[in-house]
Amino acid sequence: MKDFIIPDADFGTPASRSKAMVSLTIDGHRVTVPEGTSVMRAAAEAGVKVPKLCATDSVQAFGSCRLCLVEIEGRKGTPASCTTPVAPGMSVQTQTAKLAKLRRGVMELYISDHPLDCLTCAANGDCELQDMAGTVGLRDVRYEQGENHFVTRQNGEANPRYIKADTSNPYFIYDPEKCIVCSRCVRACEEVQGTFALTIEGRGFDSRVASGMGEDFLSSECVSCGACVQACPTATLQEKSIHEMGQPDHSVVTTCAYCGVGCSFKAEMKGDQLVRMVPYKDGKANRGHSCVKGRFAYGYANHTDRILNPMIRDTIDQPWREVSWDEALSFTATRLRDIQARYGVSAIGGITSSRCTNEETFLVQKLIRAVFGNNNVDTCARVCHSPTGYGLKTTFGTSAGTQDFDSVEDTDVAVIIGANPTDGHPVFASRLKKRLRAGAKLIVIDPRRIDLVRSPHIEAAHHLALTPGTNVAVLTALAHVIVTEGLVNTDFVTQRCDIDAFNEWAAFVSDPRHSPEATEILTGVPAQELRGAARLYATGGNGAIYYGLGVTEHSQGSTTVMAIANLAMATGNIGRPGVGVNPLRGQNNVQGSCDMGSFPHELPGYRHVHDDATREIFQTMWGVAISPEPGLRIPNMLDAAVDGTFRGIYIQGEDILQSDPNTKHVAAGLKAMDCVIVHDLFLNETANYAHVFLPGSTFLEKDGTFTNAERRINMVRQVMAPRNGMADWEVTQALANALGAGWTYTHPSQIMDEVSATTPSFKNVNYDLIDRDGSVQWPCDDAAPQGTPIMHVDGFVRGKGNFVITEYVATDERTGPRFPLLLTTGRILSQYNVGAQTRRTDNVVWHDQDVLEIHPHDAEQRGVREGDWVRLASRSGETTLRAVITDRVAPGVVYTTFHHPDTQANVVTSDYSDWATNCPEYKVTAVQVSPSNGPSDWQEDYADQASRSRRILPAAE
Amino acid sequence: MPAPNTTEIAARSRAIANAHAHREGPLLPILHEVQASFGHVPQEALPEIADVLNLSRAEVYGVMSFYHDFRDAPAGRHVVKICRAEACQAKGGDALSERARAALGLDWGETSTDGAVTLEPVYCLGLCSCAPAAMVDGQLRARLDEQAMDDLIAEVRP
Repeated sequence: MKDFIIPDADFGTPASRSKAMVSLTIDGHRVTVPEGTSVMRAAAEAGVKVPKLCATDSVQAFGSCRLCLVEIEGRKGTPASCTTPVAPGMSVQTQTAKLAKLRRGVMELYISDHPLDCLTCAANGDCELQDMAGTVGLRDVRYEQGENHFVTRQNGEANPRYIKADTSNPYFIYDPEKCIVCSRCVRACEEVQGTFALTIEGRGFDSRVASGMGEDFLSSECVSCGACVQACPTATLQEKSIHEMGQPDHSVVTTCAYCGVGCSFKAEMKGDQLVRMVPYKDGKANRGHSCVKGRFAYGYANHTDRILNPMIRDTIDQPWREVSWDEALSFTATRLRDIQARYGVSAIGGITSSRCTNEETFLVQKLIRAVFGNNNVDTCARVCHSPTGYGLKTTFGTSAGTQDFDSVEDTDVAVIIGANPTDGHPVFASRLKKRLRAGAKLIVIDPRRIDLVRSPHIEAAHHLALTPGTNVAVLTALAHVIVTEGLVNTDFVTQRCDIDAFNEWAAFVSDPRHSPEATEILTGVPAQELRGAARLYATGGNGAIYYGLGVTEHSQGSTTVMAIANLAMATGNIGRPGVGVNPLRGQNNVQGSCDMGSFPHELPGYRHVHDDATREIFQTMWGVAISPEPGLRIPNMLDAAVDGTFRGIYIQGEDILQSDPNTKHVAAGLKAMDCVIVHDLFLNETANYAHVFLPGSTFLEKDGTFTNAERRINMVRQVMAPRNGMADWEVTQALANALGAGWTYTHPSQIMDEVSATTPSFKNVNYDLIDRDGSVQWPCDDAAPQGTPIMHVDGFVRGKGNFVITEYVATDERTGPRFPLLLTTGRILSQYNVGAQTRRTDNVVWHDQDVLEIHPHDAEQRGVREGDWVRLASRSGETTLRAVITDRVAPGVVYTTFHHPDTQANVVTSDYSDWATNCPEYKVTAVQVSPSNGPSDWQEDYADQASRSRRILPAAE
Repeated sequence: MPAPNTTEIAARSRAIANAHAHREGPLLPILHEVQASFGHVPQEALPEIADVLNLSRAEVYGVMSFYHDFRDAPAGRHVVKICRAEACQAKGGDALSERARAALGLDWGETSTDGAVTLEPVYCLGLCSCAPAAMVDGQLRARLDEQAMDDLIAEVRP
C-alpha cells in the first residue's frame, strides 16, 4: 500500500452515533445521514466540499472561521454549516453568489494578518489556508498593511505584536506569525489528547495560542502527542522534520513498534527518507491519535550507535571483530553444535522478541523446536504478562484481553488496576479520558496517585491506594462486598459460568476475614472507600477492567488476574461492548509473541507440547520430531547456565540484562555460557556478555505483522531497505540454514500462511485479508471469518466461566528494620522499556535519567532533599540515583523507572516471582534509601565493564 | 504594607477558590475576589485556582487574560480609564485623551513610577449620550471638556 500522499478525507465534524436517519438535499443531491450530523458533514458525505478553516472532524464544531456559511431554504441569513445540524427535508445551497462574496471577504481579512511568504513556508503544498484562498478565488487584498503579527519591524521599530517562533519542543515549531487563531490546536489538545495544555490568550486582535500560562511548549504541560500539529491548518504548528526536509511525496501505512496499543501510522516518505510519522485516521486502535513515542521518536533507526555488520569474538573480554554474514553464521553454527555435542541437545535455547513481528517470532521458536531440537524457548512476556496468559486461560479459556479499544466508548465504569495508561499506553488513556469527560466513572487501584486519579476534567470516583503486594487481598475484598451485599449478576452466573465453582468461590469470599474492614490494616485501603468502589463497579452500568504490570509482576500475579476475572464474571461484565477484562500489554507485539508459541510449554495458539495431536500437526509440516517435554523458562535457563548445564542462547531483540530481575544473577548466567548470540539494533547491555552480534532491522525496514493488546493483527510494511542488509526474519532463516535447516521463505506472508495452516485461531488470517480490512482480530476462523472484536459473547471459550479461589498469600519479600521501604517500578511517557530506542532520540529532553520518587515524610527522616543523590539498597544489590520528593507516592513507598542502564533499577529487585509463571516480582522490593555522594561501586564497575566490552576492532583489510 | 510572598498568595488564592468552588461557573467570581484581595491577579494564584477547580493552568490563564479588567500586576493608587470608542471620539475624545497622556506623562496601560496613577483606555462606558466620558477609580465622569479633564488629573495627581 504505497500511496502518493492523499490527505485523509476530512468530514469537518465528528460522526453522529445516532440510529435515527434524516434526509435532506444539498446542492440538489439527496443525502441521508444520522440525526445530529452537521450540514457540513452531510455535504462531505455527499461529495460536496464546503470551504472551511476552523473545522476538522477530530474535534467538535466551533463556528469561528465563517468560511463554511451556507444558505438554507426558508431560513434567514447564512448559517455556518459546521454548527448547524441537519433537519428533515432541509434544502441547502453551498455555492451562491452571495456566499462567494462573503467567503472572499472573510479570506481577505484572514490574509490581511498573514505573511505572504508561501514559497518559503514550511507548509507550502500542505496548507489549508492556501487551499481555501484558492477555493474562494481570492485575488486581491484591499487592506493596507497596518498592525499585524508577522512583520518583525515596522516604521523602523520592532513590531511589538511579533512573537518569535517557539522552538523549545524537539520535534515541532510553534510559529505565531502564521497563526489564524482557529483554535483547532487548543481543541485537539482538549478533546483528542485530553491534556488541556493550550489556550488562547488575550482577546480580539491580541488573541494568540499559548501553552500553559504563556511559557514555552517544553516547560508547559504539553506531552508532545502531536495532536495540535496534526490539527493545525497552517505552518503555525509544524514538524521540524518538514522544516528541514520539505513535504513528503508518498506514504506507507504501517504499525507503531512501541507499546501494546499498536497505533497505525502513515510513514510519509521522500524516496527512502522518512519525513514524518502521521497517525492514521483509519487505524482501528488509535483512530487518528498518537503519542510522543510513535509520532516522533523514530530517530533511533538512523542513530550512529546502530550496528550494521555482524560481529564475533571468542571470549567476552576481547574486542568485537566485524566479519561477513557467512563467517558470523558459520562461527555460530559450529559453536552451537559443539555445545550440543558436548552437553546435550538441551544445552542451548533462545528468547523470542516481543518487539519483532509475529512471523519473526514464529521462526525463532521454530528454529529452537525444529532445529535446536528442544523446547527451550521463552520470551519477555515471562517478565510481564505471563500471569495474564495463565489466569485468563484458567478462568475464560483464552490468553488474551476480551475487548477492542473502541469498547471504551461504551464503558460506564472503568477500573484501572496497576497500570498508568497516561504514561504507558497514552493513546488508550486519551480515549479513556474522553469517555470519562463524557460522564463515565473511574476507579483506580494503584499505590501511586497516577495522573488519572486527578487531572484537568478527570477525577477518579475512588482511588484505592493499596500497599504494594496486596492486590489479591483488595480484589477479594471487592468480591466480598459484591457477594455479601447481593450485587452478583445471578442470571449471568447461572447461564454462563460453572455454578459449582461459583458457589465455592462465593462461600470463600463471603468469609468475614475477606471483608474490607478485616483487610484494611493489611492493604491500607479504607473499608468505606473499598465498599464504595465495589458497589460502583457492580451497579454502575458497563464495567470494564483495564490492568497492567502492577497486577502481574507479583508473587501472586496469576492469582490477581484470576481475581479480576472472577469480579468480571460475578457482575456479568463480559461479552458485550463497554465491559471486559483488558490487559494493557506492554510491548508492541507481546500478544503476538505469546500467540506464536514463545513459551517453553506451548506451541503456537497456546497448545501444550504434551498434546500429541498438536505436535503431530507441526511434525508433519516441519518434517522433524518435536520434544514433548516443556523446555526451560528464562530464569531456569540462567540458573542452569550458572550450574554449567545450559551453555548457548540466541536472544532476538531483548535486553535481558537490563530488563530482567536481579541483574547480577543474569550477568553471572550469561558469563557462564559459551555462546551468547545477541540479535539487536544496538550493542545493548546483554551484548556485553555476547560472543556473536547479529545486527537487527527496525520496524521500518521489514514486512510482517504485530498483534496488539486487543488481539488485532496489524500490518507492518517495509518503508525502506534494511540498513543492516537483512530483515530479522531473514537473519533467523540464515542462522537456521547454517545449522542445516534448509528453509526457503521468500516473504513473511509465507510464514503467516504456515501459522494459519497450523493454528486454529489464525485459520483465516492471511495478508490479503489484512490488506483488505486494514487489520483483523483473532480468533479468525470459519466461525468468525472477519475476526472477533469482542470475545466470549455467547459463551466462554472454555465453555463455562470458571471461578477460582484467590487466597491472599503475602510475598516473602518483607520490609524490616534494615529495609523499611517498599520499592515499586514503572514507566514514564517519553521513555520506552529499557530505553534502547527512546534514549537514542530527542525524547531524552523529558527524562534524561531515572529518579527515585519518595514521600516528603520519608525524605525528611533520612535527610534527603530534592535532587540529592541517594543510595537505593535491597537485599539483592544497590544503586544510586537522584531523589524527587513528591506525595504521589504514599509514605513507606518509593518508586522509580528502569529506562537507563547506568541506574539499573533491576540490580535492586529480588528473585521472587509469580508462583504459576515465574513472572518476576518487580513491583515489590524491600529497600532502604540513604543520602549518597554519587554512583555506587557497582555502577562504576559496570560502566567500566560495559565500555571495555563494547570495543570494536577496525575491520581487517 | 509589604507585598505578600508566594506562599501567602498561594494559600489565600486557594482559600478563595475553595470558597467559591461549589458555585455554578465559579471561575469569574474567584478571579474577581482574588483581584479584590491582592489588587491584581498574581501569576502564582492561577495554578492554585486551576487545581481547586480541576482545570488546567492554561484554561485559567486563558480566561484571566481574556478580560482586560483582570490585571497581572498591581495598578496605581488611582486608575483613570478614558473612553476611546466611537461616540466619545466624535465628541473630541481623542484630543482629551492626548491631553491626559501629556499631563500624566503616561502612555496607555502605564502606571506612574511613584505608583500614583494608572492610565487605561476603555472601549465604551455606555455613556455615549454624555460623551466624552471617563472613569476614575470606578466612578463615572461625563461631558468632559479640557477644564474637567484638568480637574480630573489634579484629583489623582495633586
